[in-house]
Amino acid sequence: MTARTHSTPWFLSLPGLIFFLGMVVLPLVLTAVLSFHAYDFNLGVRDTYTLSNYTTVLSDPYFLSIFWRTLRIAFITTVLCVMIGVPEAYILSRMWNPWRSVFLLVIIGPLLVSVVVRSFGWSMLLGSTGLISKASIMLGLGPVRILYSETAIVIALVHVMLPFMIIPVWTAIQKLDPGLESAAWSLGASRFTAMRRIILPQISLGVLSGSLIVFGLSASSFAIPGLLGGRRLKMAATVVYDEYMHELNWPLGAAIAFIVLVANLLIMLAYNRMIEARARKVLG
Amino acid sequence: MSFLTLNSLSKTYGNFTAVDAVSLEVGKGEFVSLLGPSGCGKTTTLQMIAGLVEPSAGSVMLDGRDITHEKPNRRGLGIVFQTYALFPHMTVAQNVSFGLEMRRIGKAERDRRVAEVLALVKLDRFFDRYPRQLSGGQRQRVAIARALVIEPPVLLLDEPLSNLDAKLREEMQFELRRIQQTVGTTTIMVTHDQGEALSISDRVVVMEHGRMTQVDVPAAVYDHPATEFISSFIGKMNNISGTALTSAIQSSGVILPATGSGAAEGEPVILSLRPERINIVPAGEGHLPGVVSARFFFGSHWLFNVETAVGLIIVSSPNTDRSLPPAVGQPVELAWAPESARMAARPQEVSRVEG
Ligand SMILES: Nc1ncnc2c1ncn2[C@@H]1O[C@H](COP(=O)(O)OP(=O)(O)OP(=O)(O)O)[C@@H](O)[C@H]1O
Ligand SMILES: [Mg+2]
Repeated sequence: MTARTHSTPWFLSLPGLIFFLGMVVLPLVLTAVLSFHAYDFNLGVRDTYTLSNYTTVLSDPYFLSIFWRTLRIAFITTVLCVMIGVPEAYILSRMWNPWRSVFLLVIIGPLLVSVVVRSFGWSMLLGSTGLISKASIMLGLGPVRILYSETAIVIALVHVMLPFMIIPVWTAIQKLDPGLESAAWSLGASRFTAMRRIILPQISLGVLSGSLIVFGLSASSFAIPGLLGGRRLKMAATVVYDEYMHELNWPLGAAIAFIVLVANLLIMLAYNRMIEARARKVLG
Repeated sequence: MSFLTLNSLSKTYGNFTAVDAVSLEVGKGEFVSLLGPSGCGKTTTLQMIAGLVEPSAGSVMLDGRDITHEKPNRRGLGIVFQTYALFPHMTVAQNVSFGLEMRRIGKAERDRRVAEVLALVKLDRFFDRYPRQLSGGQRQRVAIARALVIEPPVLLLDEPLSNLDAKLREEMQFELRRIQQTVGTTTIMVTHDQGEALSISDRVVVMEHGRMTQVDVPAAVYDHPATEFISSFIGKMNNISGTALTSAIQSSGVILPATGSGAAEGEPVILSLRPERINIVPAGEGHLPGVVSARFFFGSHWLFNVETAVGLIIVSSPNTDRSLPPAVGQPVELAWAPESARMAARPQEVSRVEG
């Protein structure tokens, strides 16, 4: 009887466990093992083990510049998402139906379209013969080419990531007592001061968790830098793809993937600690 | 000269009228209660004074100045919300100090005034607590302190005591009145608790379906309710319908003494009689015989249901040690002074006393 009650939880979680081991842990372990294999241009992956993949990646300015760019783009995207998403969520929460539903759909809508299709949409807008460039020519400012630049990647990333910022912030605003803002006004605070001193500190948790999601997803994004960054502007995920598919240097690709994974993990864990400290302060 | 004046203030949502032409004059230092059942428009009225709801019609004057369309943060009124709306991420002292910061008052002066007002509400030991670390009654006092510290010309309270248990509530009612009298702030309090309204206000405004139906001193609202609704809403009331005679009514073949409202003889009238004005008297001395059908003990008094020829009459007797209370099934006779029984014809108009 006792034995059975002890094994039941394990038994019930078995499908999930198998799924997690097979789909997440196993590929990760295989990638880790692969990253320590030696590679030879003529002979392919060798059965000897080495640290040279890691030393190559970490000493090559080419790869370092890509890591740096990845972090920078993810960071800028996060900051922009906060700057646009927080006011947007606030405005959304002050809207009445049907407008609220309409705008919520507009915000969530992009998630319903494949990233690839969206990226093509952006490349049509941003290219040298695109709509924006044509408009600029018509205004006499000359052609502008945003496509294949970091700006293009950031614009498209912000577009995709906004819902992940707006939804947690909006949820946080929904939970606030609407009387708080009225109380602040009645005590003489302007709308802006009430927002800054009363509303923002209390939705900071939503903002922080939104930033965490946006940062993580941006740093590991693949399709957008691939399609809008062109051949020259690589980010972490696209350079891993290159190593696997073009250079066929799988161990090196695996090493890059691992470095990115660890770096991302460290940043997010540090950030998460910050969120928890904040949560203790706000929620007690 | 009234200090705060509402001129036929109205609020409509679509084709629903939440507040219908409310006019009121409140004197300086006065404590006025808005009393009425749920949904009658009390909060809406208060929020129009506060500037949190835009009136559909009418105006609000404060000290001779029209503030109908002024922003809430320029009115400088002190508001205590039903949910208290304390800032959860600030300590008690920071909460109270917020309004002073908004007025750009220096740190030293701020600290002095915060300490002063927290002493007034007897919370001087709780400066550094967060609202979640306080009891309901303490939170409510913080909310009052936060509203009072800015020295508002008018204090608006929206059911400030409704979240408290009965005992604390009673204590806080007297506390509220003490604070209000110490500071002398003109106060408008919304409540749906008639006991609260009667015990601590200078005047009571009774509202019903968005309209004001009576504005009077508490004793007058209780003793001379303007409508049948008010008489049953405030306290308990026996209503007996019958036809008018001189200084009496006739109902179901019984003649009951009453003071008149000028209704002509033979007109249909209603006799209103408070349970505590009825005495249970020895046989042969009463106006109305009956049988006790139930009795309830309330500590300070007994409540009897008495079946009579004119229907069920509720009688309240103080719990004195003079005699044993009548038992269920016991025949009794009821008597009252004619002044205590008011007869009135329907319909009735609003009665009013200026303050
Ligand atoms: N924003 C709104 N839109 C439509 N109707 C509203 C709105 N706000 C309030 N009402 C309606 O106006 C009426 C009066 O509301 P109000 O909040 O003033 O009632 P109240 O007297 O304070 O009641 P309670 O004692 O329950 O707090 C209610 O019937 C309510 O449904
Ligand atoms: Mg209300």
